[in-house]
Amino acid sequence: MNQDRPVSGSLRKAPEGFLSRDGIQRVVTEAKSGRRDFIRSAFAAAAAGVAVPAAMAQSNPVPTEGGDTNILNLPEHSKGLGQGVAPDGSYGKPSKFESDVQRRQSPGLTQTTQASVSFAPLQSLFGIVTPSGLHFERHHQGWWDIDPSKHRLMINGMVKEAKVFTLDEIMRLPAVSRFHFIECGANTAVEWGNVAVPTAQYTHGMISCSEFTGVPLITLLELAGADLKNGKFVLAEGADGSSMTRTIPMSLIKSGEVFVAYGQNGEMLRPEQGYPLRLVVPGVQGVSWVKYLRRIEVGDMPYATKDEAIHYIDLQPDGLERQYTSIQECKSVVTTPSGGQVLLDKGFYNITGLAWSGRGKIKKVDVSVDGGRNWRTARLETPVLSKALTRFNLDWIWDGKPTIVQSRAMDDTGFVQPTYKQLRAVRGTRSIYHNNAIQSWLVQENGEVKNVQVA
Amino acid sequence: MFKLRKAFAATALLALMGTALAQSDAKYPGVGRAATPKEVAAWDIDVRPDFKGLPAGSGTVAKGQDIWEAKCALCHGIFGESGEVFSPLVGGVTPEDIKKGRVANLTNVNYPGRTTFMKVPTLSTIWDYINRAMPWNAPKSLTTDDVYSVVAFLLNLNGIVPDDFTLSDKNIREVQGRMPNRNGMTTKHAMWPGNEFGGTAKPDTSNVACMKDCVPEVKLASFLPEFARNAHGNLAEQNRAVGAQHGADTTRPEAKVGAPALVAAPAAPKVEAPSGAKAALALLQKNGCTACHGVNNKIVGPAFTDVAKKHAGKADYLAGKIKSGGSGIWGAVPMPPQTLSEAEAKTIAAWLASGAGK
Repeated sequence: MNQDRPVSGSLRKAPEGFLSRDGIQRVVTEAKSGRRDFIRSAFAAAAAGVAVPAAMAQSNPVPTEGGDTNILNLPEHSKGLGQGVAPDGSYGKPSKFESDVQRRQSPGLTQTTQASVSFAPLQSLFGIVTPSGLHFERHHQGWWDIDPSKHRLMINGMVKEAKVFTLDEIMRLPAVSRFHFIECGANTAVEWGNVAVPTAQYTHGMISCSEFTGVPLITLLELAGADLKNGKFVLAEGADGSSMTRTIPMSLIKSGEVFVAYGQNGEMLRPEQGYPLRLVVPGVQGVSWVKYLRRIEVGDMPYATKDEAIHYIDLQPDGLERQYTSIQECKSVVTTPSGGQVLLDKGFYNITGLAWSGRGKIKKVDVSVDGGRNWRTARLETPVLSKALTRFNLDWIWDGKPTIVQSRAMDDTGFVQPTYKQLRAVRGTRSIYHNNAIQSWLVQENGEVKNVQVA
Repeated sequence: MFKLRKAFAATALLALMGTALAQSDAKYPGVGRAATPKEVAAWDIDVRPDFKGLPAGSGTVAKGQDIWEAKCALCHGIFGESGEVFSPLVGGVTPEDIKKGRVANLTNVNYPGRTTFMKVPTLSTIWDYINRAMPWNAPKSLTTDDVYSVVAFLLNLNGIVPDDFTLSDKNIREVQGRMPNRNGMTTKHAMWPGNEFGGTAKPDTSNVACMKDCVPEVKLASFLPEFARNAHGNLAEQNRAVGAQHGADTTRPEAKVGAPALVAAPAAPKVEAPSGAKAALALLQKNGCTACHGVNNKIVGPAFTDVAKKHAGKADYLAGKIKSGGSGIWGAVPMPPQTLSEAEAKTIAAWLASGAGK
């Protein structure tokens, strides 16, 4: 690890200051000082069909010895005795060679670790499930590891009889297990005005997908005799220091989609994810998935909680703040190749990435390898599930010339992921939340991949 | 024998009746029980925009100021203006905004930042959040009247109420009528998963899945400047060591085209040396020290490396200081006494005294 990574000198800002004029000005100045022209001219030259020989060495040449020493000299593990089964009481860990695949904080983004974010390493993940230990974190007042035998869930408000449940009781009820993505409303927020961070981990890493297990909230509301007609809203409240609260529409709860989860990927929730109980609100931004869930109140009006009236509101160009923006609209990102990576050689690559929609299933993902001029439809890996991550991939032969790779998802409502130009035309660049624009990765001649935006 | 059997049958019958009774009013007998009024009162603390749930009480601006300086200024600044730890609470609103209920600075792209009072439309939100979540390191420790006082002080700092104002459950609705951005919200959008707000059904954008010759010319509009190359640490160490792509070594300048391709970096597993530093850093996290101190940077309090420089070798002094708190050495903002164990304080102090390394 780099011990002395700088705490200043990059472009990110505290969340509410993401789009500072200074930051934008700085990029513009840098750009004008020549760097932009360099990249642009390199790209234009390639696009114009000028052949630039990219003399990259083959990544796996035949050595002069006449063979690979990894083949010719039998390794220790082929000649010795391996290790025994796990000792009692142990929990399996990834290979020691995987130590670079970690959650990470974006330096300088926040001033405390208790009200902060750690991003999931999307560039290193396969399939659609995020390993629980790599699930992104977003805390507002620190996380806790709560004794499940002492945790209670209360249901009150517009109900016949206010109820309390122990975890023992909740786990006796009929359960559902479903795969869903959870995405922070502020995912990709730093990129609204301009490119600000280098890799897919930092641009899109506030999303994860798990199989969650729990009990539909409607079951618990019916047990308390909730007024499902006049009770149009519920308040979900956590047991942590900030007792996080969010308003959830009863219509969504009545659909049976919303559930109180205790399970995640076959085991109990991780403490950072709300152990022992969190709300799962499919398709809706992560802040509504209240962790350490302690109370559900049924009411007849929305609650305008802190994260509905001060944060998680989207400023529009006319100065109005959009309140109760919740759905995570259709979005995708290519994860390999992606920013901060280096292609080892010319030749064949399997472009892969993730697509998702808070409105339903992914219907189609198109990939462009020429900056959005032409598109090809990618293969969707199965399963393709509603309000879950969907993995796509596409064959690509890289000829060594600079190019821009993009993906564009469509969901089963027919909605197509927008370009930055389209999104900014409606929402401007200052709304912080819900940036679902098409992501561009520039593959340079030297193999390095850079985060860029196209006009 | 006969008697016994008869008695058993009677018991079984009773038991059956019991089950039947339970099932008559519940689908899942034995799951959940009625909450007592005392239990509901203990947890049902939310305050809605119509002030349902607001407890009776009152507080003055003057008392709010005292509480503020003792418990809030640490993070938010003496005037609620600080953006060092959290976004600023105060500033950016004008008497004109208070009259209109719309904050003009929200359309001013040159205004540096968006404070809480520029955005929040509902006074209930402020009351509710301070009551449930503040102070940050001791949530729910304020009395009802304390909360009224702190809210009154914040209102005063924003020019919404006069210096001699007393906020109470009796007049809070009138004050709501003076909130600077009370008319600044809209729910006319397609991003709420229901029809409760009316909203609109049509999403903001309507891209089409064009497949061929979609854009005439591709132009780069934005990219990271060269100086930011290594700002997020070495990206070679943030990617798997094997795979179709490896991470770029951002500690070095970019490879020139035509230079030899990067050599696949040997996947060197990292050996974690158990150290006092690791234990100390974990304790700093656990005890919330990092809310006010950065390892290499000043936040509210000094950087740990600066403390280490000033008090090198003085572990006992530092352990005492952690427990007792203090002010004046690094600035006027006091560090409150910390409630951690003797052993924990000593671990942190030893780490500081030896240079605060990693």
